[in-house]
Amino acid sequence: MLSSPFITRTLSVDRIMLRVLYALLPGIALYVWYFGPAILVSIALAVTAALATEALMLKLRDRPLRPFLSDYSALLTGVLIALSIPPLAPWWLPVVGTAFAIAVAKHLYGGLGSNPFNPAMIGYAVLIISFPHEMTHWLSPQDMGHSALSLGQQLHYIFTSTLPAGMQLDALTMSTPLDTLKTQLHLGMTVSDIRDLPIYGRLAGKGSEMVAAGFALGGIYLLIARIIPWQLPLAFLGTLFALSGVFNLIDPAHYAPPLFHWFSGAAMIGAFFILTDPITSPTTAKGRILFGMGAGLLTFLIRAYGGFPDGVAFATILMNMCVPLIDAWTQPKVFGKKGSKR
Amino acid sequence: MIKLRSFHGGVHPPTHKKESTQSPIMAAPLPAQLIIPFRQHAGEAAKPVVQVGERVLKGQLIGEPVGPISSSVHAPTSGTITAIELQQIAHPSALPDLCATLVSDGLEEWGVRQTLSYRQLSSDELQKHLRRCGIVGLGGAVFPSDMKLRHPTVVNTLVINGAECEPYITCDDMLMRERAEGIVRGIEILRHALGTDAVLIGIEDNKPQAITAMQRAVDESSHPFKVVAVPTLYPGGSAKHLIKVLTGVEVPSGKLPTDVGVQCYNVATAYAAHRAVEHGEPLVSRIVTVTGNVEQPRNYEALIGTPFSELVELSVAKADTNRYIMGGPMMGVELPAVNVPLVKASNCVIAASDVLFPPPPPAMPCIRCTRCAQACPVELQPQELYWFAKSHNFGKAQEYDLFDCIECGACAYVCPSSIPLVQYYRYAKSEIRARDHEKRAADLARERHEFRQFRIEREKQEKAERLAQKERAAAEAKAKAAATATVIATPVDPSADTDDTQQMRIDAALARAKEQAATTPPKNTETLSPAQRAEIEAIEERRAHIHELAADAGADDEPPKHSQGN
Repeated sequence: MLSSPFITRTLSVDRIMLRVLYALLPGIALYVWYFGPAILVSIALAVTAALATEALMLKLRDRPLRPFLSDYSALLTGVLIALSIPPLAPWWLPVVGTAFAIAVAKHLYGGLGSNPFNPAMIGYAVLIISFPHEMTHWLSPQDMGHSALSLGQQLHYIFTSTLPAGMQLDALTMSTPLDTLKTQLHLGMTVSDIRDLPIYGRLAGKGSEMVAAGFALGGIYLLIARIIPWQLPLAFLGTLFALSGVFNLIDPAHYAPPLFHWFSGAAMIGAFFILTDPITSPTTAKGRILFGMGAGLLTFLIRAYGGFPDGVAFATILMNMCVPLIDAWTQPKVFGKKGSKR
Repeated sequence: MIKLRSFHGGVHPPTHKKESTQSPIMAAPLPAQLIIPFRQHAGEAAKPVVQVGERVLKGQLIGEPVGPISSSVHAPTSGTITAIELQQIAHPSALPDLCATLVSDGLEEWGVRQTLSYRQLSSDELQKHLRRCGIVGLGGAVFPSDMKLRHPTVVNTLVINGAECEPYITCDDMLMRERAEGIVRGIEILRHALGTDAVLIGIEDNKPQAITAMQRAVDESSHPFKVVAVPTLYPGGSAKHLIKVLTGVEVPSGKLPTDVGVQCYNVATAYAAHRAVEHGEPLVSRIVTVTGNVEQPRNYEALIGTPFSELVELSVAKADTNRYIMGGPMMGVELPAVNVPLVKASNCVIAASDVLFPPPPPAMPCIRCTRCAQACPVELQPQELYWFAKSHNFGKAQEYDLFDCIECGACAYVCPSSIPLVQYYRYAKSEIRARDHEKRAADLARERHEFRQFRIEREKQEKAERLAQKERAAAEAKAKAAATATVIATPVDPSADTDDTQQMRIDAALARAKEQAATTPPKNTETLSPAQRAEIEAIEERRAHIHELAADAGADDEPPKHSQGN
């Protein structure tokens, strides 16, 4: 015999995940526009690896395949990993990263809902630590005068690691705007000099700033549709803006301006798609603000002083660790217990 | 206009109230047989005061209240009591309860109806009358209404609950539309008994006709009551939430509204109070909505004890109906059978089918999305409570205020993983209650055991004391006897010295000597041979040597302590 309530509102897990995937579309479209279709190949590879690993792990764990394969959560992990690694990477790079994310970061912790760390960020962290060289082959924007590769040539490179005769990998790829900034600052250049380099656009990296804007657009849709809570992106972007703003005001020659931070690297995709993963972020309003602020602070510190060009992934993982503590500390007072001590 | 507040959370399920408000309240035909449970209210069940075979009149008392929290039960029509036995009732446990079976004679012959003029009555007298008439809260909690008039604090606001926030249910809506005048008169009686000034009548704004009718009745009565349209938001009809919306006061957790100077009654209860006081009618009928998967959804005025099956028959259940729900879809209970009787708590019966209420998809893992926390009107963290309940971490669940949960179902309604959250909370609550019960039983057993030990010990001591006393007494008696003997043995007149007394003297002396010898037994060391003495000396010497060695060692390190039992 069933018990009350007998009715439910139908916004299921798969629909939530699907909406998050839709929200990634503008960013992906702009990615293709500025950097060519190679990213789609990466996404296809990562998604295939994600679903295959998910199926295998479900089988090993003796869980039903259908409900979990169709909840889009593994698919979303795959897409997020593909978006965080260079598109012109050998085929096994997204495959290894995604397989590790799904098998270890997700299923070994108990599967959907039980993983303490964001699987996509764990996958990314494994790749950048294990294969730092392969992780630097970022494509230059297509309008930068270099001879761009056709889709066929890109596919050829991804699967065989060979370029058409007479082409150099260095001519096609570049380091990321954040990486370049860090390297050139070390070499003694000032921020304004560095930003005059051809890879930079109005706000941050040429092309990549527009992709970040695309992710921000999708993120705003998620906010309006109430798929994600507003506290996380606001606290994260706000903290990043405030910190970089203060340092930029004090020492503009050595610290990039806030908008540069916002539209570089994984700041936007992190704010709206990574930090907002409900499973690995706090559940209370106050906790989310703390979590977002912590991630913003760590991202800024890693970018400004750390060994890696971008800090969103490590900031996310470090903050993921604090979630149980944050949740326990920020429990709200229940109805009729306001003004009393818990 | 009064300033309305809001409460956290809440949901907007489809209301489905239109279906059953298209036609007026209809008096249900008199059933041939009624089944009247003796437990229709919160607290102690009523005690039967009629015999099997007895003829009863409509409104005659058949069950009298037992103890302070209890209420009366009456014959809903005239007829013969044919049985008083355990029968199935509208309870999800499907456990039977004591019921009277009444075969109606079709005459509807009323017994004595005592009407009162409430203005001349004290609150006490009104309380007695309401208790006699079996008036209980008709919003669903069926708490005896007289108890709610008894309060130690000053109550300055009377809130009348006409919110009716649950989907499908329209019995209060229709009652307000059709019998607003009676409700207003009932409110005035309750206000008089409570001695309050302000009266706020809260009605959700999806019932414009009820609001208009109530406003008109209030205007005509010239009482200074305020009819307030409150936003439609489930569970806005929860007394504490309605009080928050209307007065801004949050009733503290674990306290009663009267603790903050507010009392709350349902509109139907006010109406029942009016019928009881001004017409002398005990609570023998109520308005009930029959809706859902039926051809003619509507409201009936039905006698308490009417089998639900008769009402469903009147509304014609559709062919694919496979179960019935008493109450609304958010908090209702599935009926164990459709022929169980209507009770005072029955506001609605919904014919359900798998099309109307599709069975939920299999539950997915919780993804901590906190839609439940956003929907929770008590501001709980349902996702944490679920986690604790699932992992049997009941202490933690209590720490996270599990017992403040009102089981409104808003969390489960919005859960994207289709987790039956409320079931987990009910399970955790019942487990905790069972454990508390067990703990209390264990504590009691331990106390008993400890007392028994104490008693045995005490008895032993007493016995020993008694024994000692006896011995002392015996010794004293002996001594006394000896003393008398001496006294007798030393007569004033020596010439009276006879052989007998001499003999006694000798005996007494011997006894004294014997006694002395017994009290100071010779030491076994006093009669030793020289060889034995030498041996003892040697032993003593060795002992002294060992003590010296031990003292030296002890200065360096302590002998090891026993770690057991720490």
